[in-house]
Amino acid sequence: MSLYAALIAPFTDFEFMRRALAAVIALSLGGAPIGVFLMLRRMSLVGDAMAHAILPGAAIGFLLYGLNLLAMILGGLIAGFLVALLAGVVARSTGLKEDASLATFYLASLALGVTIVSVKGTNIDLLHVLFGNILAMDDQTLLVVAFNATITMLVLAVIYRPLVIESVDPLFLRAVSRAGTPAHLAFLALVVINLVSGFQALGTLLSVGLMILPAGIARFWSRDITGMISVAVLAAMFSGYAGLVLSFQTRIPSGPAIILVAAGLYVASVLFGSVGGLVRQLFPGRHLEA
Amino acid sequence: MSGQVTLRDVTLGYDRHPAVHHLSGNVAPGALLAVVGPNGAGKSTLFRGLTGILKLLSGSISLHGLDARDIAYLPQSAEIDRSFPITVFDFVGTGLWRATGLFGGIGKAERQKMASALAAVGLTGFENRVIGTLSGGQLQRLLFARVMLQDARLILLDEPFNAIDSRTARDLLALVKHWHDEGRTVLAALHDLEMVRANFPETLLLARGPVGWGATEDVLTPGNLLVAMRMCEAFDDTAAACLDDERSRAA
Repeated sequence: MSLYAALIAPFTDFEFMRRALAAVIALSLGGAPIGVFLMLRRMSLVGDAMAHAILPGAAIGFLLYGLNLLAMILGGLIAGFLVALLAGVVARSTGLKEDASLATFYLASLALGVTIVSVKGTNIDLLHVLFGNILAMDDQTLLVVAFNATITMLVLAVIYRPLVIESVDPLFLRAVSRAGTPAHLAFLALVVINLVSGFQALGTLLSVGLMILPAGIARFWSRDITGMISVAVLAAMFSGYAGLVLSFQTRIPSGPAIILVAAGLYVASVLFGSVGGLVRQLFPGRHLEA
Repeated sequence: MSGQVTLRDVTLGYDRHPAVHHLSGNVAPGALLAVVGPNGAGKSTLFRGLTGILKLLSGSISLHGLDARDIAYLPQSAEIDRSFPITVFDFVGTGLWRATGLFGGIGKAERQKMASALAAVGLTGFENRVIGTLSGGQLQRLLFARVMLQDARLILLDEPFNAIDSRTARDLLALVKHWHDEGRTVLAALHDLEMVRANFPETLLLARGPVGWGATEDVLTPGNLLVAMRMCEAFDDTAAACLDDERSRAA
């Protein structure tokens, strides 16, 4: 098989592959920068928990309107904020720490979501929601994913400064501005809409993967946040493209294939990354003059 | 008087427990005031109250014509996440927040100001380094550069000389005096009593409540320091509600 046939032809020959590629590019542009902020704000696992927490809302939207991303996003947003709010209320009104409280609510929420889908839908629906199918993107879904990516980049541009300052020096931001809390809430909303965007492509279980793994990869290649966001977006796009090719040429489902490629890039970055990679640490070379 | 800070029976704290209890007094415009006291005395809490970060439990603070824009706050360096991948140049630029806000551009004039502030604290050449690579003293210099950019009339410095070498402390103290000479009001939470005696004309000795407030030599007496050392440390979960507010209202 020629390189062209292996790497390019799937996209020139099949429309569903072109749609899938457009979808992963949109997901990468929106999700990867969000993933970088999740990681830097030490919220990587919160993103994972939220992905599970929004399932019942998305599932209800899915059952009422089918694979209508708008319905799923609205349902997911409501469920996500409800879980975040309840977890916060329980944590503040009892001695329970917020992460423990969130863990309880997201597990209950996940169980509820799976129950709703399995009672009201079919096993295929359940598999669809849990693992997604990026190869079955229709026009409307693709437009919603692209719209979400656009909104994400625009909102992120608006909240970028307060988000960065709040991450590095929260007291300073609170002294000079009240933008911290709205920025944090807007950021959580972006996390939710990007997770729901990822539902169709990767499913609830893996949608956070295209946010967190590229961020983890970027940490090993750049020291400053601008470089990190750039590397994360490129890593996510490459994972999406290579994952689709891998899925097309083998029988691996597309969602897991994309995340497996990202995981492979992550392992390579841990080993060979220029910032703190293991090989760099084991063989640092001669020390510098200054 | 414009620029004066007046505290009237101020109580600040967390979860109804007072950390600063019934503090009253005036800070004159252009004052250079040291806030001294043992750990847990309420120094940082007082600054958070002055900046508006922490709401008052009771009492009032009048800033007489100063608004939040006129206050520069230097938090303790321990509050800063040094692992965050932000460069020295971007970090110092946050001092221009009030001028730039969410969208304001950083143009040539702003870049010049940032470069001048970094030069004033001896950090020229550090612009592209991420803050995680700075030493404790260099980070403190960076925080001072940010305060310079804020160009504020009231400056609050929370333990600005902690864990830094004597040369850095000397350089930064010179900046504090320069701000004082420019007529700005400077409040600094400090532990080094010798430094306070040598450089700060006025002192507030705090031990949750006020122990003394006035000329430094009158406040930092062995008797007052002993009282401050005996300060009641911990929150008491079984404490009764404080009735002083009602008593003062009734009076």
